[in-house]
Amino acid sequence: MTEKYSITVLDEDMTWGFSEICTICRVDHELVFEMVNEGVLTPEGPSPETWRFNAVAIKRIQVTCRLQHDLGVNLPGAALALDLLEELEELRSRLRQMT
Amino acid sequence: MEYKDYYKTLNVAKDASAEEIKRAYRRLARKYHPDVSKDKDGEARFKEINEAYEVLKDEEKRKAYDSFGANWQAGQDFRPPPGYDERFRSGGFRTGGASPHEFSDFFESLFGSGRSRQAPEEFSFFDQGFEDVGRDLHAQISISLEDSYFGAKKTITLNRTVDEGGGRISVQPQSLQVTIPKGVIEGQQIRLEGQGEAGAAKRGAQGNLFLEIVFLPHPMFTVVKRDIYLTLPITPWEAALGATIAVPTLGGKVDLKLPSHSQSGQKLRLKGRGLCSKYQVGNQYVTLAVHVPEARTAEQKELYLRMAQLMPFNPRSGLGG
Repeated sequence: MTEKYSITVLDEDMTWGFSEICTICRVDHELVFEMVNEGVLTPEGPSPETWRFNAVAIKRIQVTCRLQHDLGVNLPGAALALDLLEELEELRSRLRQMT
Repeated sequence: MEYKDYYKTLNVAKDASAEEIKRAYRRLARKYHPDVSKDKDGEARFKEINEAYEVLKDEEKRKAYDSFGANWQAGQDFRPPPGYDERFRSGGFRTGGASPHEFSDFFESLFGSGRSRQAPEEFSFFDQGFEDVGRDLHAQISISLEDSYFGAKKTITLNRTVDEGGGRISVQPQSLQVTIPKGVIEGQQIRLEGQGEAGAAKRGAQGNLFLEIVFLPHPMFTVVKRDIYLTLPITPWEAALGATIAVPTLGGKVDLKLPSHSQSGQKLRLKGRGLCSKYQVGNQYVTLAVHVPEARTAEQKELYLRMAQLMPFNPRSGLGG
């Protein structure tokens, strides 16, 4: 049952380059590029060669892929859903604080 | 085996048109999508909805399903009738690359396993250039705040696609022990290398497993990112005079020095008592709540009156009164 495998916490201390994040999420460069253009991903750095993505980017890519695949939404639609979902999560968290 | 009422699942009439079925499916899929729904049963519902749609959207499958008659009730014990057309069992379609849906025994006994890998995915950003690598799996893992504070070991059960050889593929539950690293926080993912699905090709590498952390509610604490919040009830004399109070933290009680002249609503920080990882520090914040004892006896009432005389004080001066 137990196997040796490596565990990585995708936390705020980690960043990934353009190609690395494509490999981790197993997506095309093109999708990541489009997501940057759409403003869904905001990597640090001025050009694709120097871009650094954080863990939030990984989640955004994964959720985008699932929404596109499962619900057939396009990229701007997924971007809108992501923003709203994150805002909802933030509000839920504040509500938990208050109760 | 339980009979599944696919029309009921999609909330459509048995004579619903293909368009009506599609609309109902779209609406429900949006509502119960695991990334959208916070419903506890959301994921299970989403799978049921997909299974129902898989059958009802396909004219032939729908016909085969309808051929059992309209008198079946969901949950009723079901066997396919003798002579049931076996050609539906050949399978050959596949479900989503991003969110694999497992189908029920009911579905598989009628239409075969829906987990064939042959057909390439249309419209997918997945798998391109990674054909030999098994699919990544995504799941959530619920842990307590203590699990994060101390680190923990958890056993989870995953439904994995297993290649049984001879072209047969089945979905089987598998246990996996997961080390929860210290200081993980809600929404973060941990990636377990090689714990996804097996590669399609023999020498293909295994995919990875992504586990998203979800915190279970805690009876005492709330949490915002790495910081732990606690409301601490105190007495008026502790607030006025100051005190040392043993305050619960995730790591056990620690002494909090309450300064004199403290007030309700003030926030004190216990540095480093939140969720700390290797490089990140979380704090615990203690919000004071002064609780006032009731004056029941004559003597106690007298004491309050004496306080009023000795300490004239208007907490409402800021309200213009």
